[in-house]
Parts: sequence; structure tokens; C-alpha cells
Amino acid sequence: MSFVAPKETYNGKVLGLDFGKGDKAVAIGGESSLPFLSFEGTIPNKPVIAYEIQDIAPDDWPESVKEPYKDVSNDPVTWARHCQDKLNAKAIALRLVSTHPDRGDRSAADAAKTVKDVLAAINVPLIILGSNHIEKDASVIVAAAEAASGYNCVIGKAQEGNYKTIVAAALAHNHKLIAMSELDINLAKQLNILITQMGFDKSRLITDPMCSALGYGLEYTYSVMERIRLAGLMQNDATMQPPIVGDVGINVWKTKETSASETDVPGWGRLEERGIAWETVTSTSMLMAGTNLLIMRHPKAVETIEKVIGELS
Amino acid sequence: MALTGIQIFKLLPKTNCKKCGFPTCLAFAMKLAQSGVDISKCPDISEEAKKSLGDASAPAIRTFSLGTGEKAVKMGGETVLFRHEKKFFNPCALALNIKDDLSADDLAKKASEVANSEMDRVGQKLRIDAVSIECVSNDSAKYEAAVKLVAGKAPEAAIILNCKDASVIEAAVKAVADRKPLIYCATDKNADAMANIAKTYGVPLAICAEGLDALSALSEKIAGLGVEDIVLDSGVKTAKDILENNTQIRRSALKKGFKPLGYPVINNVQRDDSLLEANIASVAIAKYASIVILSSIEQWKNLALYTLRQNIYTDPQVPMQVEQKVYNIGEAKADSPLMITTNFSLTYFIVSGEIENSKVPSRLAVMDCEGLSVLTAWAAGKFIASKIAAFIQESGIDKQISHKELIIPGQVAILSGALEDKLEGWKITVGPREANSIPTFLKNKVA
Repeated sequence: MSFVAPKETYNGKVLGLDFGKGDKAVAIGGESSLPFLSFEGTIPNKPVIAYEIQDIAPDDWPESVKEPYKDVSNDPVTWARHCQDKLNAKAIALRLVSTHPDRGDRSAADAAKTVKDVLAAINVPLIILGSNHIEKDASVIVAAAEAASGYNCVIGKAQEGNYKTIVAAALAHNHKLIAMSELDINLAKQLNILITQMGFDKSRLITDPMCSALGYGLEYTYSVMERIRLAGLMQNDATMQPPIVGDVGINVWKTKETSASETDVPGWGRLEERGIAWETVTSTSMLMAGTNLLIMRHPKAVETIEKVIGELS
Repeated sequence: MALTGIQIFKLLPKTNCKKCGFPTCLAFAMKLAQSGVDISKCPDISEEAKKSLGDASAPAIRTFSLGTGEKAVKMGGETVLFRHEKKFFNPCALALNIKDDLSADDLAKKASEVANSEMDRVGQKLRIDAVSIECVSNDSAKYEAAVKLVAGKAPEAAIILNCKDASVIEAAVKAVADRKPLIYCATDKNADAMANIAKTYGVPLAICAEGLDALSALSEKIAGLGVEDIVLDSGVKTAKDILENNTQIRRSALKKGFKPLGYPVINNVQRDDSLLEANIASVAIAKYASIVILSSIEQWKNLALYTLRQNIYTDPQVPMQVEQKVYNIGEAKADSPLMITTNFSLTYFIVSGEIENSKVPSRLAVMDCEGLSVLTAWAAGKFIASKIAAFIQESGIDKQISHKELIIPGQVAILSGALEDKLEGWKITVGPREANSIPTFLKNKVA
């Protein structure tokens, strides 16, 4: 018996899209195989990592991920420039945390100004994220989308409770859009259908099936992502073909493993390495499951995942 | 590949003699198809039919153990490519590589690291399962001494003898034969000698060849020499090669029934950069490795890899559960808030994580609802007023706290009235609907 390479035939492919402007624009998706299996398909784009920044100082981030940004994180413009110029960020994800009613309740107009200022200061692509407050996000993201008109940003996240206004804003100002549902392939499919029924082209969508951190439900995210990829590739389900985003940093850096001190948990090893390992191992598993775009926090974690992506490509 | 009842029936004598204990040959065939009975119950079956049935009923990936005793690691026996299709059965073994030219002190230190690597996570005891002792000295006596020393200091670990020279390895195999070491590895240059040693001492044999064509050929050769327990190393080093080759090996075994690759896989992911190594190991853990060889096992790295392995190998059909009890979060005092939720592990992790984020010391009563989340448990009649009241009363928590206020999840606000009726003297407060609002809720509460 001699070995015959068992190649899979895929009926569909992942949709490709780009965001940003000019020579700094980045492209994701477009592959016609499961993640990194280039022996049986074409993979035109590597996954992209975006550095997460916030519109207020990251008081709720653990020390070890706050530290690298301590001189820049009081101002989103300085922070964004730092990521672009010093850390060579390929993309930046600005989270408008301070618009949350519990985190300062800043107005949509304030958020729009922050977006304008950040966009004026950088030339890499920008992802604009709300505070994950369904009602407030509807107004904040609409204002932010208008402020970013012409910049071909990614905006989000549109969810079941607010997608109509956010989709309309993405349509009006020509942005790409993240659609998020809660860890369920059917909900992800349904939201993509609802959004495309509003006339939004599916080739401008990014699916967020809801990320989880290592040890905190990672296996659910992992399998939902794998099932989405298989549905898009094997069954050629067009509603399951947008690229996938993994919002890793925000989930990882609120776990106990990234913040518990070495005196509190002496058996868990060094805190700084532990946090970075948590962010990278979560990210690597998301890459195995089919993620095209990662949103991450720690510079050392990003650097390591760049190496992993390099080895996988 | 498994046969259907009808396919099996065609191979039976079709005499309906009932000697097997079943009324008809067809009934017996149906039971055989479900692996519920042994083929030897049929006294009249031909040898030829028995052989084809035996081949068909053998698992697509051979199953055997690495090491001996309670902490032996079962390998192989996987039936799917994606965990959601059924589940992954046998979590991969993690091994620390130790070079034989280290000083006796350093050898002992490394072995003790492995012996002391156990951690507990969600009720499971997780550890570095094996030592891989690598021969770099090319000196048989030195190698044997190192193997004995490490084996003694890590008495429960499985042993991998990482040496390509048959003349050097034999003394070491003999020295620890009772621990059933894995010989790593046979190549096309030493195949006969290594197969001989493996058979002589009854131990498994890893085989290594560059690429899957050469590996398949070597596998057939080694099996032909009478070695049954084989482990595959396709010579991969980069993450991409690990992913692609492991995928092709698993697919060949499961989808094509290709026997030469129907064995567990070993990956060597050693790197100078420990963090990078942890991530290459993650690729191997997620994608089909049965043994992963590491160059270092810092605690932070072990915790991350144990957790990933546990996550990937969790049964997707069975929700992970945490133990029913009242958990203290932070330095809870008598007047600290008391909240309640269900014992679905994800629910527990998210809720307890948000309580921790609030920095408000609290108690979280976790109620056994068979691993269902709050709304599902409520809908299934498991998280309802009478059961919650019974749980709170039986927990004896009222003796530890100075108040009688219970905070229930906002999703089941509807329960508050009935619960106040059943829990006499208690005040029921409706908490937030979503866990991410807990920090604000708790801060306001104690402000």
C-alpha cells in the first residue's frame, strides 16, 4: 500500500475583504481551504493582528499589559501613534469604552471626535469598536462611522439588538462591518442573513462568533468557528463565508490567570509570562479554528503570534 | 472501518443455529455491528470471515498506552477530525526532553520538575506525563546511567528513550523495561535492529522518516517485522508541517482506512524561545498529536498547555460542571454580598470572573443544575424557587453571614416573588441580566 495524500475538495471559499486606505490597507480572508492547509487550496492572505487601544486610560487592564503602554495610554492619539510607529502595528482597533453608561457615558459626539483625531494621526487601517452596550453602541457607532467616512474602516459590533442602525451607518459611509452573535452557529448565520437582507453586501462582513479565553469557554468558540468554516467551505453556505475575527485581548486579560499575583497562586509560575502565554495560546487556537483577524493587547504576545503565523504560512 | 450489520451478516454461516445465544444470524450480526458481542461466540464461522471481521472491527488508529501504571497515557483510538463531530478521546501526553550529557544534579533536577508538575484544574489532575531522555553522548553506559537516574527521580512518568543508535539504546531499554519505555526512534537505517529490541522487551516503537511516503513505507516494514505498537514521527519541525502532516495522517487513517498511518503521532516542538514553543505545542495539541516533546516546562507554560489540552479534549456533548457549593471570592466577610448561579462551568467562570473584577469580596452559591446555564436550567425546572430555597437552607450559609439577602441572576427575575415565599425571612434582590454588569452592580451595592 503506498501513501496517497488525502486531499479535501472544497466547494466554497472564504470571502476576502480589505480595509484601510492606500498602501497601508490590509486584506484578509479569500482562502479556499481550511486554515493554513495550502497543500489543497490557495491562501492569498495571512491572518492580520490589530493592536487594541481604548479612548480612556486602561484602568481595568492588569498591570502586566498596562505597563507597556504606561507612557502613551492616557491619550488615544498618542497610543495609536505608538502602536503604529514603535510597534509596527498593521492595524489598530480603537475601543470606545468611555461611552459605556457605567464607564463615563461620554457622548456619541465625543466618540466621533476621538475617531477623527486618531484617524488624522495614523495611516494604518482602523477598526472602530463600541463599548458593547447594545443601545448606546447604536448611537456611538453611527456617529463614529460618519466621522470616519472615506477611511474604509471596520466598524462594530452589530448585534441582534442594534444591527439595523449600525448596518445603515456602514452602508452610508462605506465601511466594513463586524457582526457578533453569542457562541452559536445558527445565531451567526441568522444575523448574517438579516444584515444582507438590508442590502449589505456579504463580502463586506466579518463574523464574530464571540471569542472566549483559554480555560473560559475556549472550546465553544473553537468549535463554533470550525463549524462555520466547514459550512462555508464544504457545504458552500454563502452566509458562512465571511472572514472571522477573534477579539482575544479583552477576553484574555480579564481572567484570573492574567492577573493573580505569584504570592496568591505560587504554583502558577511567573505572572508576566503567564499573561502573555494566555493571550498567545488563545490566539493560536483561534488561528487553528479559522480566525482571519485577531485583536490583541500585549506587544510581546503580538510579536509571538506574528512568528506563529509566519511559521504556519 | 466499521461494517454494517448487513455486511457482517453476509460473512456469517446463516444457519440460525442459536449457539451464539441470539435467535438468528441477523440478530447476532446487528449486535456485532454495535460491538456489543464478541465474534468468537459463533462456533461455525470460517477463519477467513473471522479475519476480515477482525480487521474491520479494529480501531482506525491503534490504541495503546504510553508508560505503565495509573498514570499511563492512553493514545490513539480517535474517530473524528473535528471535536464537534463526536469528541477527542485521549488527551495527548506532554513530555520534557532531557539530554543525557547533563550533570547528575541537573538530570535529577529536571526529572523532579516533571515529578512535581501536577496541577489541578476544574477537578482534573493534570501533569507533564513523560520524560524524553535524549542521547547526545553516544555513550551506552552514560546513556543508561542517565536513564536510570531520571527514571528513579520521576517514578510515575512515562519514559521515552530518545536515541537513534540501536547499539547504544538496548542497555537503557533493558534497564527500564518494566516501565514500558517508548523507543524513539527507528529510521530506515536501523529499522531491523530497533524492531528487534522493541519485540524482545515488549515495548512500543516510534518510527521516524521525512515525509509521509517514506513514513508509510517504514511503518509497513516495521509492522511486517512484528511490531504492533507503533508511534509516528514524520520528521516535521515547523508549525506548518506539523499541521499539514498531522492532518494528512489523521485523514488517511480515518477516511481511507490506510493502516500504515493508523497510529498515534509524536511531535517534537522544541524551540529556544519558550513562549514560541508553547504556541507550536498548541498547534500540535489542537491538531492531532498524541505526544508532544517540550524543551522546558515552566509553570506558566504548563498551566496554559494543560488548560488548552483540557479544553480541546472536553466532550462537546457533556457540559463541564463545577462542584455545588458556596464559593468565597476575595476575602469574604459576614456582611459580604451573596449571589447565586448554576454549575455550568462557563457560567461559573464568567460570573466568578466578573465578581473578581469588581474587587468586592462576595460569596457565590453555585447550585447543581446538571451543568445547564441559568435560563436553560430555569426552563428545565432545575433552577426554580423551591429547589433554590432547599439548596440555600441545606447549605447552612445563613450561619456564616450576618444578613439574609440573596442576589439572583437578572435572567430569572421572575423567581423573586416565589423565592421570598419559600425562603422565609430572606430578602431576594434581582441582580444584573448580563455578567459584565456585575462589577458596577456590586460596587454600587457596597458603596
